[in-house]
Amino acid sequence: MTTNNKELIVKKIENGTVIDHIPADKVFDVVRILGLISLEDEVLIGTNLESKKYGRKGIIKATNKFFDCEEIDKLAIIAPTATLITIKNYEVVEKKSLSIPKEIHKIVKCINPNCVTNVEEIDTQFNVVSEEPLTIQCHYCEKTMTNINFK
Amino acid sequence: MTNLKGKNLISITDYTKEDYLTVLDLAEKFEKNPNQPVLSDKVVGSLFFEPSTRTRLSFETAANRLGARVIGFSNTAATSLTKGESLHDTIMMVSSYVDIIVMRHHKDGASRYASEVSPVPLINAGDGSNQHPTQCMLDLYSIRKTQGTLDNLQIAMVGDLKYGRTVHSLVQAMSNFGAEFHFVSPESLAMPDNVKAYANNAGLKYHEYRKLEDVIPFADIIYMTRIQKERFPDVLEYEKVKDSYILNASLLNGCKDNMKVLHPLPRVNEISMDVDKTKYAYYFQQAKNGMFVRQALIASILGYADQIK
Repeated sequence: MTTNNKELIVKKIENGTVIDHIPADKVFDVVRILGLISLEDEVLIGTNLESKKYGRKGIIKATNKFFDCEEIDKLAIIAPTATLITIKNYEVVEKKSLSIPKEIHKIVKCINPNCVTNVEEIDTQFNVVSEEPLTIQCHYCEKTMTNINFK
Repeated sequence: MTNLKGKNLISITDYTKEDYLTVLDLAEKFEKNPNQPVLSDKVVGSLFFEPSTRTRLSFETAANRLGARVIGFSNTAATSLTKGESLHDTIMMVSSYVDIIVMRHHKDGASRYASEVSPVPLINAGDGSNQHPTQCMLDLYSIRKTQGTLDNLQIAMVGDLKYGRTVHSLVQAMSNFGAEFHFVSPESLAMPDNVKAYANNAGLKYHEYRKLEDVIPFADIIYMTRIQKERFPDVLEYEKVKDSYILNASLLNGCKDNMKVLHPLPRVNEISMDVDKTKYAYYFQQAKNGMFVRQALIASILGYADQIK
């Protein structure tokens, strides 16, 4: 992430996770849905940065934050083009491209108010029926939806 | 013939084409010989969390004709649900008493959830506006019985195609048999895109109409549905469309000789009484067929199919 004079726009982090290649218009969705605003350590957020691949992109660097499977699934749903980079001692130890999971467990709420998952204490489950546009079907009430409501 | 022992029936797509045919063949045996008490050591749990006339009586009669005993309830007023018991706990408790559960519930997806909780098999007798697979099975049975085949038929569906769960399931099931669909509805109650996509994905043709008269000359089956007042958020919208399609005997002039009129019942005014007397009316026999199909399902799922004569 450099400007013409090779200066870093967003500084390096010692330990934590970098989320790169976020579509520029999704950066604040990622911050909100992953609850990054409530982290105590430093979170650097950049958006509208130049990207050869995507034109404009966003990047988030979260110090001392390592994402669990549910959080990675959420990220994959919001920003499937994103790359997740794990940093330890300023070094990249893992780089992971995301993909939309075939099944989505627990993290999404069914939009059907009459769905049993909105009444009983049930872990929700959805099958992805289409990636573009993202369309999911509730395993229980079988309704398909394109509006994704995270829990 | 497939083995359905222990196989839940929650959604019509849970079963394959071969499964459907297995159930229909067995139902034929029950139509010829309804009283076959092979389940005298079995108990059926009949859990109707919302009221039902036909479906509950049909299931309970089916169980009785198989010699099983039936426990359960026909509404939740006299149950622990009024004390706030969860569906999970009710199913755990009942499943420890019975060999199979038949369940109707007002919440969409309740039967799928109950089947995941229950250690005994479960048949969905309707979950909210979602699925009613045994209605679909009896529709298949009625179509095959009246047409002699399920293959390559012209199926017209009329009325509330948006909210009507029976027509959605029937499209899914008939997609296995090369049907051509003719959807007749007001624009506001048209067949949902996801159901049309299902037909598309199965490589089947469908056509949409606004006038009932347009489909009468070529349909093998006219599947009438009630415009369901309870599904409309706005009563004025209901008033606009409630009398859109009324099938009467004179409209049937020029229909195919083999054509039959089906309806999941209850009807309101969408089929005039004068149709009842014609050879095309099949809806009351269709309701009766439900009992044979439910006998076949209970016997198969409990593993007694091979004892049926």
